[in-house]
Amino acid sequence: MTDARDADTPVGAEIETVAGSAAVMGGEPVLATRARSQWWDVWDQFRTHKGAMVGAGIFLAILALVVLGPLFVEMENGIKSNMRARNQPMSLEYPLGTDRLGRDLFARMIAGGRVSLAVGLAAMALSLLLGTLIGVLAGYFKRLDGPLMRLTDLFLALPLLPLLLVMVLLFREPLTAAFGIEVGIFILIVSAIGITSWMQTARIVRGDVLALKEREFVLAARSIGTPARRIVTRHVLPNVLSPIMVSATLGIATAIITESALSFLGLGFPPDFPTWGRLLNDGVPFLELYPGRAFWPGLAISLVVLSINYVGDGLRDALDPRIRGR
Amino acid sequence: MLTFTIRRLLFAIPTLLFISLAIFLLLELAPGDPMANVPLTVPAEVKEQMRQALGLGEPVPVRFWKWLVQFFWVEPLNIFDHMFGTNFAEGKLRIISWQNRAPVFITIAERIPQTLWVVGTSYVVAILIAIPVGIYSAYKQYSVFDQAGTFVTMIGFSVPPFFSGVLVIIIFAVQLKWFPSIYDTRHVVSDWDSFLVQVRQMFLPVMVLALQITSQLSRFMRASMLDNLNQDYVRTARAKGLREKSVVLIHVLRNSMIPVVTVIALGVPAIFGGAIITEQVFKVNGIGQLLITAIQANDLPMVQTLTFIFAVLIVLFNLIADVLYGILDPRIRYD
Repeated sequence: MTDARDADTPVGAEIETVAGSAAVMGGEPVLATRARSQWWDVWDQFRTHKGAMVGAGIFLAILALVVLGPLFVEMENGIKSNMRARNQPMSLEYPLGTDRLGRDLFARMIAGGRVSLAVGLAAMALSLLLGTLIGVLAGYFKRLDGPLMRLTDLFLALPLLPLLLVMVLLFREPLTAAFGIEVGIFILIVSAIGITSWMQTARIVRGDVLALKEREFVLAARSIGTPARRIVTRHVLPNVLSPIMVSATLGIATAIITESALSFLGLGFPPDFPTWGRLLNDGVPFLELYPGRAFWPGLAISLVVLSINYVGDGLRDALDPRIRGR
Repeated sequence: MLTFTIRRLLFAIPTLLFISLAIFLLLELAPGDPMANVPLTVPAEVKEQMRQALGLGEPVPVRFWKWLVQFFWVEPLNIFDHMFGTNFAEGKLRIISWQNRAPVFITIAERIPQTLWVVGTSYVVAILIAIPVGIYSAYKQYSVFDQAGTFVTMIGFSVPPFFSGVLVIIIFAVQLKWFPSIYDTRHVVSDWDSFLVQVRQMFLPVMVLALQITSQLSRFMRASMLDNLNQDYVRTARAKGLREKSVVLIHVLRNSMIPVVTVIALGVPAIFGGAIITEQVFKVNGIGQLLITAIQANDLPMVQTLTFIFAVLIVLFNLIADVLYGILDPRIRYD
């Protein structure tokens, strides 16, 4: 669906940015005269970034497939073992073949994608929340700046992957006991990734808040007696939205990679509970006989991450008013 | 500059102490029991004695202090002894692994060469590729080379090592049979032929790691070159009639290397620890693999020591990067 829109944007994504946005504006004079919010400008700029549009299309397609997949595919085939249909090659009935227990790999991919994407989105949300909270607090309240930034530096100095592994190992048992195995591990992985990935967001947000705090409109708001809480929510937060959005896209990508890495190392979700990383890990022992089993999950992870990175790239350009204005 | 370095060094001490405390306390929560494998027929008091022998019976602050002493005093003394044949550290208790009851540092010393060979080589290869690529794609911005380079670096960013590793194994080891898929650690390089075997078995892991590091470094190099190419001094150099080659490769390159050198310094700790996944894929038994097996075997002293070594390296190379930045760029004054 994005391809149709993509066709009428000019070729040569970045160099013709200027010409591109001018053409879009000039081609539709009705839009230009009507009052339009800045998000329309952002969208126009975003549309000229070819890679970002293709990336967004691929990501939405994968998301749709994973969300709507269970309507078309018999999900039971991915869970129940079927010894008569072991190690089937790709066919119409089994689009990606079956594994050594006769489970439909396509159904497992969809099930795994639901978990992987859910983990990515939830962990991103958590790390954004933490990062924004700490960044705004450190930037706006001078007293908190020192301690919070030292904390951020400390987290940046920690060896993260080893610590993630240790955390997952430690809290696995209590959390699975408390919430059941699937929810428990989901909570564990999401919070482990969230806690170890908020630092960049916090730093960026703090820097922006520090600059915003000195601007006249914040001063004006303060002079009429607006409480700090409302200045932050009404005046500061909307203005730091663009860096937050960029780090959100990149956050999904890193969270998906981290979850897959944990699953790949055998410290993520349990074996009968597929995620893309887990499926890849399960496929590795059969690499020589059935390379597809490791290839498809890996391709899915890489495609999602690649498309998200492109979207992030386009979003960064689109949200940068220095580029957009030209 | 010197005062800055000293101040940073002094500040590194509380940071490291805090990190070691955090790691220690995190591991303190571990549910695993080193005595779990001891047969039930062993009487309780013997078990208690074994626990004492492992240094477990004491309260948390005492154990933390003992671990600090072991890490910062006893182990360096041992290294000193080993290097100069003295015996200062005799009779002092070292950090003992719960897995094989041997000092942790001996195992680490056994594993470091593999990690350094594979990961160190890939870092050097990556630097050698990334810098020319970055220079050329910045010089010919938006050219076909630049676009292709950007696409490849995007892929290098996005494809996780556990997939690119599997992919190169499928292509080069399974289909083409050019390279072995598993790293043979016992292989000894003694002559030219065995050196070639070593190169062949290192090729795939180095390729996977180098792709990843190259994509990050070349992006930095490109951005840094682009920043400098539009500066006034470049126009001046051209106006003086300098050849294009010396303008780009001497004037611009030297200034662009400043941030890149610090980024390279910041990446060095990853040489020791960051290749956990790649080592796992290619069965290289280096430091990363040691950490994974220690975590799986609940070997807390090993996990604690390794994570703390990584933390020390990160703090140290952050400091080195800052100091380098100050030395290379005279515009930066820390005092």
